[in-house]
Amino acid sequence: MEYFAKEYDVAVIGAGHAGVEAALASARLGVKTVVFAINLDSVGNMPCNPSIGGTSKGHLVREVDALGGEMGKAADKTQIQTRMLNRGKGPAVHSLRAQIDRREYSKYIKHVLELQENLDLKQAEIVDIRKTADGKWQLKTMLEAVYTAQCVVLATGTFLGGRIYIGETSFESGPDGMFPATKLSESLKKLNIPLRRFKTGTPPRVNRRSIDFSVLEKQVGDETETSFSFESEAPPENKSFCYIAYTNDETKKVILENLDRSPMYSGKIEGIGPRYCPSFEDKIVRFPDKPRHQFFIEPCGLDTEEMYLQGMSSSLPEEVQLKFLKTIKGFENAEVMRTAYAIEYDCVDPLALKPSLEFLDLEGLFGAGQFNGSSGYEEAAAQGIIAGINAALKVKGEEAFILDRASSYIGTLIDDLVTKGCMDPYRMMTSRSEYRLLLRQDNADLRLTPYGYKLGLISEKRYGAFLDKVNKIDAEKRRAEETTIHMSDELQNLLVSLGTTPLEKGVKLAELLKRPQLSYADLAPFDSERPDLPAEIFEQVETELKYEGYIKRQQAQINEMRRLEVKTLPEDIDYNGIDGLRLEAREKLTKIRPHSVGQASRISGVSPSDISVLLIYLSKTGR
Amino acid sequence: MSTVAAISTGQAAGGIGIVRISGEDALSVADRIFKSVSGKKLKDLKGYTAAYGKVYADGNEIDEAVALVFKAPKSYTGEDVVEISCHGGLLVTKQTLRAALSAGAAAAEPGEFTKRAFLNGKMDLTSAEAVMSIIGAKSENAKSAALNALDGALYRKINAVSSSLKKTAAQMAAWVDYPDDEIEDLSDENLSGVLLGCKKELGELISRFDIGQAVIEGVDTVIIGRPNVGKSALMNMLTGCEKSIVTSVAGTTRDIVEETVSLGGAVLRLADTAGLHETGDAVEKIGVDRTKKKAERAALILAVFDYSEKLTQEDEAIIEICKGKNAVAVINKTDLKRKIETEKITSRFNGTVFISAKEQAGLTELEKELERALGTAEFDTSAASLMNERQYSCCKLAEESVNEALEALRSGVTRDAVNVSIDCAIEKLDVLTGERATESVVNEIFSRFCVGK
Repeated sequence: MEYFAKEYDVAVIGAGHAGVEAALASARLGVKTVVFAINLDSVGNMPCNPSIGGTSKGHLVREVDALGGEMGKAADKTQIQTRMLNRGKGPAVHSLRAQIDRREYSKYIKHVLELQENLDLKQAEIVDIRKTADGKWQLKTMLEAVYTAQCVVLATGTFLGGRIYIGETSFESGPDGMFPATKLSESLKKLNIPLRRFKTGTPPRVNRRSIDFSVLEKQVGDETETSFSFESEAPPENKSFCYIAYTNDETKKVILENLDRSPMYSGKIEGIGPRYCPSFEDKIVRFPDKPRHQFFIEPCGLDTEEMYLQGMSSSLPEEVQLKFLKTIKGFENAEVMRTAYAIEYDCVDPLALKPSLEFLDLEGLFGAGQFNGSSGYEEAAAQGIIAGINAALKVKGEEAFILDRASSYIGTLIDDLVTKGCMDPYRMMTSRSEYRLLLRQDNADLRLTPYGYKLGLISEKRYGAFLDKVNKIDAEKRRAEETTIHMSDELQNLLVSLGTTPLEKGVKLAELLKRPQLSYADLAPFDSERPDLPAEIFEQVETELKYEGYIKRQQAQINEMRRLEVKTLPEDIDYNGIDGLRLEAREKLTKIRPHSVGQASRISGVSPSDISVLLIYLSKTGR
Repeated sequence: MSTVAAISTGQAAGGIGIVRISGEDALSVADRIFKSVSGKKLKDLKGYTAAYGKVYADGNEIDEAVALVFKAPKSYTGEDVVEISCHGGLLVTKQTLRAALSAGAAAAEPGEFTKRAFLNGKMDLTSAEAVMSIIGAKSENAKSAALNALDGALYRKINAVSSSLKKTAAQMAAWVDYPDDEIEDLSDENLSGVLLGCKKELGELISRFDIGQAVIEGVDTVIIGRPNVGKSALMNMLTGCEKSIVTSVAGTTRDIVEETVSLGGAVLRLADTAGLHETGDAVEKIGVDRTKKKAERAALILAVFDYSEKLTQEDEAIIEICKGKNAVAVINKTDLKRKIETEKITSRFNGTVFISAKEQAGLTELEKELERALGTAEFDTSAASLMNERQYSCCKLAEESVNEALEALRSGVTRDAVNVSIDCAIEKLDVLTGERATESVVNEIFSRFCVGK
């Protein structure tokens, strides 16, 4: 028998990386929030890589942090090795990646949720979602409890209609052997939500003691470690190693001989898998000429011997997995603890969402994370915090918070999803951002902290420290522009030895720093008045000076883009009633219902002349 | 908003053509290509005023023109606007537009001025609707034209350049986005090899644009020579009828007579000029000045000399005018006895042709020589060529971005900056063909690299 349990402002379904950020942001904005997890031991779980960050994902983590999110802090607290990737390839693409103790991470996150004001964390499977006559949402649990909420965030991950495939075996399941959410999909279909099937996979976990590390390459962390969070004080320290191993011809042979036993190739899986994260058998089939494939052995934590084999994801039968694994040098005696699997799940076509992540047609209902067609913990967290913020703002009757493409990777990710949609699970990449020379991980705080503060997610203390940093950067930049570096034999020798032209007369420090070959550190002996500042200040000034020309050009592109971005399109606009729009444009605009003329201009099939027509329409109707 | 320019009168041949420049830098762009007779800068003029002066491209005068200045917000677009009215017909109008484009303006998209008028909250709505319906029609035409181009040689050529840039960008993106995978960095040599290859291809397209224009639009050709060497006779020989008055009294042809002929694989827009010699006669004087000017801005000069006479000082002046220009020496009157010092001509012109206008001899040789001088001999009409200023401008911008990438590479800036310049070039080419940049690069990554966990 159904019973009424409690009323909330915001309810979040799912406590993975999207649900966690959504629930925290909502509660921190002062509205009564509940977050449901099928199993409380799955809160903030990492069912795949025991790592956070990486290329472009590191950017997302820092952006979430600058908005007051939790992922960066949790990662800093529980990391066991960090590496800044892409050093030497340019500041735009530097990316922080940390190996994480996954149990510790989950524990940390769960405790943060438990301690959060305005937030209840509950173990329950939501089986039904419906709208009441007064416009509120009702959620029913499997145990017949009914909760009401003004806004609901769907962050169901791979739990929703989850089904695991291992060879010929398949069964309904959530990730990591959790129960799946089997009933909610039906309920969502009744709301006319366009669901579809995506799939992803994970590699086997092997006992550390069964691997012969003496024949593998060791991968150590950075000497100087870096934190994700701009608020983390103690720098993290390296506590573990990763290793690299290679497959061989024998491995390939085993795979090819057993390909017909893969559910992917026998046609059992209908879900669309991610292109960038192929299963190992996919790699063998798609790149038959590659003699070997490398993969990484990563620790799952400090107090466990489970090792994660990044690059070995597979849905072949367990027997075949064991067989191909043993062909690999160092893995002859490997003891598999968890078998690799593919998992298929229900998710939404994100074109049904607004940039605020609210459904176009279902007021108060939001989506975040894998449910929206993305993949990855960081992508999930990025959408989670935005969905949570907007659910809370809706409750408060305030305008939605939207980050545009030029502001952040978060904005780029969401704009891509809700404007272009996705045909396979969407992964963030640096190449997806046209403004990436500006949107660096090192300046995520400079770009987004003011938004976080304005929303109320950044403390006064942190904001004060932020303003102090901004001032220091400005002052040092001015000093570099005003300080003259005089000629000396030592300087000339240094310039020549670093492969740059010697001086003809003294020049400003800023001019020297603009040269690609020179760094602040190189010029220290010639810059006697240099103040004692944190390294990050010098880093900002040097980057801004070195890339000044490029940054200015990108800024000009952004200014141009934003002119159309601020022209908002009314939600009730009837595109079929606007003369002059081409048929394709009408169809696309009606489906996607863009938030602004800028968003409309990025829809494929909407031409510049359609945009002119829209602008005329707007002006004519006085909107 | 960036500054844009376009021809705002029709594309059909007509007396006056207007180039409109709109945007923040409209006045300074216009000042770079237009010098008023009064010496006043356009940016110092009040709105709604006009200046008479000359249009320059690369330091060469190309036309006399009137510039009309509108100051924001009192203009069509609501921005600073300069409208330059040219007198020299379509070709000169196009040259003016190109001068504006190389002086910093971008080529306006169809509907751009109207779009700006709206963005700036500026425009009578009734007339806006009328304008938009025309633009709508225009872009349909543009679309079908683009579709034709998509099947053609240009599309294949641009695609080849664009896909080699995309491959490179994808390789760089994969190298960045998958640092732990075994993806090799492109060597500087490899990278600059690709970029130089693209630069060359784009450069060829850009330079072919002029030849293409000569074939399609015609090339301004002027016939010069001292009086009575047979300029008008040559013109008549080319056009096949008596257009200019041919007499043996020096100075009969006072006005420039224009005629269009198809010769040497190109359309020649011929002008027969008054004979070039210094004279006290006021009327004649104007004719001579105009000849000099006309010769200065012509794309091709036919310099006529008399076979039966020794070279005079006036002939020397003619040779001087032709220096550094695309000129062909035409030695007329081979029906008479030779007195001319032939080697003095052949050594100073790239091409020399002997004709007798009287006997209609030497036409084939002349035609061959014109083909060589105009580059039309090798011009394959089915080969890729840029069809309009928009395509030309996209190509130029892409070439600029490729140059920037090369410069970044040369100066040792990190790869991320090189990569962004390459992305810019791809974007410009994708604008030309109507594709999207970032998506195509992403797709390329997946089809070429084995990456990910």
